[in-house]
Amino acid sequence: MSILVIAEHDNASIKPATLNTVAAAAKLGGDVHVLVVGVGASAAAQAAAQIAGVSKVLLADAAQLGDGLAENVAEQVLKQAAGYSHIVFAATASGKNVAPRVAAKLDVAQISEIISVESADTFQRPIYAGNAIATVQSSDAVKVITVRTTAFDAVAATGGSAAVENVDAVADSGKSRFVGREVATSDRPELTAAKAVVSGGRGLGSLENFKILDPLADKLGAAVGASRAAVDAGYAPNDWQVGQTGKIVAPQLYVAVGISGAIQHLAGMKDSKVIVAINKDAEAPIFGVADYGLVGDLFQEVPALVKAL
Amino acid sequence: MKVLVPVKRVVDYNVKVRVKSDQTGVDIANVKMSMNPFDEIAVEEATRLKEKGVVTEVIAVSCGVAQCQETLRTAMAIGADRAILVETSVELQPLAVAKLLKALADKEQPDLIVLGKQAIDDDANQTGQALAALLGWPQATFASKVEVADGVATVTREVDGGLETVALTLPAVVTTDLRLNEPRYVTLPNIMKAKKKPLETIKPEDLGVDVAPRLKTLKVTEPPARQAGIKVADVAALVDKLKNEAKVV
Repeated sequence: MSILVIAEHDNASIKPATLNTVAAAAKLGGDVHVLVVGVGASAAAQAAAQIAGVSKVLLADAAQLGDGLAENVAEQVLKQAAGYSHIVFAATASGKNVAPRVAAKLDVAQISEIISVESADTFQRPIYAGNAIATVQSSDAVKVITVRTTAFDAVAATGGSAAVENVDAVADSGKSRFVGREVATSDRPELTAAKAVVSGGRGLGSLENFKILDPLADKLGAAVGASRAAVDAGYAPNDWQVGQTGKIVAPQLYVAVGISGAIQHLAGMKDSKVIVAINKDAEAPIFGVADYGLVGDLFQEVPALVKAL
Repeated sequence: MKVLVPVKRVVDYNVKVRVKSDQTGVDIANVKMSMNPFDEIAVEEATRLKEKGVVTEVIAVSCGVAQCQETLRTAMAIGADRAILVETSVELQPLAVAKLLKALADKEQPDLIVLGKQAIDDDANQTGQALAALLGWPQATFASKVEVADGVATVTREVDGGLETVALTLPAVVTTDLRLNEPRYVTLPNIMKAKKKPLETIKPEDLGVDVAPRLKTLKVTEPPARQAGIKVADVAALVDKLKNEAKVV
């Protein structure tokens, strides 16, 4: 049995999500191969070859694969799919974009966002924003899976010595074209990979006020997140959104500031190791999941916390 | 130009579902049902394209039980011109829905299909992409801006770390993200008007699609509960706990 993991990378290096995905793949039992689809991506392929437990790396390197267009990437994955029992993606924006195309073409039911591997054909996945956990069994010949990365501890990025094999790239589909990218530049760690996350909610009151979280995030080396309510209100960009419809995070420390704790938000952060909540409403549901709750005015408590740390 | 908008009837997003004690699923008896919020955004977007004169007809589609008619009426109250219900009581999984929608697309020949990025019940996030693949069409998932002109849809997408823009040659599939638009409030006159709009009901067999579930749900359980912790008196006590008890700072 062989498993194909589709690497999450930026051509120069492998993103941490790949390490969690390989960890999930390793639980399936079998050879783990990694497919790197990109352009000028030999450095990423070399990095993938170092990942502990990976026995082979396939590199498809071509201009038409450089921008991660779902049509082309999915075709490339399908081209390599023969012989694999499982095709595994990280449940990131790019993994979620491509995986269902692959599954549909193979005429198999994708298993989305697994949080545990029970056996090679049985998995657990959250439904209803994590308010229920379904155990599902697939009888399809090939299992196409996306992995909730926070549910699997990353394997070591080094220690492996897999061979890198170049494979022919598929042609451009000609149906979609990459136009541009606006990447929010920040010195902060990436939300889903950060050791600490400071998130703000509607309680912040405005885009301006959101800046009150910056010194705290700086002090903790944290990424900044937001609740859906704060995003809806325009206080924070959507890619900061933590929750069912945003990002799923599980840092060592999660500080929820002015967040009431709607179900949708809790779905995105309740697996954090330590949760701190600061809210003026002592009855807010967020206190039901917080390890440490501080009832008070965030505009006083947050600066005081920065000073005390 | 025609737009097809698939909509799903789901448990209302304000309802906290309960897992059944026999672990066969979640209890949705007597629970408020609504249109999947992301699909509502899709109907709104299609309606706006029509109001701009880019689109001539908006067709809402739902697959599922007879009560999905209510969801389709809501779609028509927002602005869809007509509706199609693919009625079945079989549990529909994303692949089956994608196949039904593909068969409908072959029949209706839309230039654009707009649907939600995920349904808030099974949280699968698959149908749009699977549909695009089955049709051999390009896709833009997680859309926050859609412009259609000269046979091309230019779509800004919400991706990890920022935004990305792609240009798709029509026909194409677009899935909606939260910030694409704010769906309008449905007014009573529009609800009345929607009742008079055509709603056609067909069966999966009419489309020649096998909708049998492919994934077997063995059980559905409660997630592990997180214990509530303690309330601390002040910032000093909090810092003390974080440093000495949790040891995270």
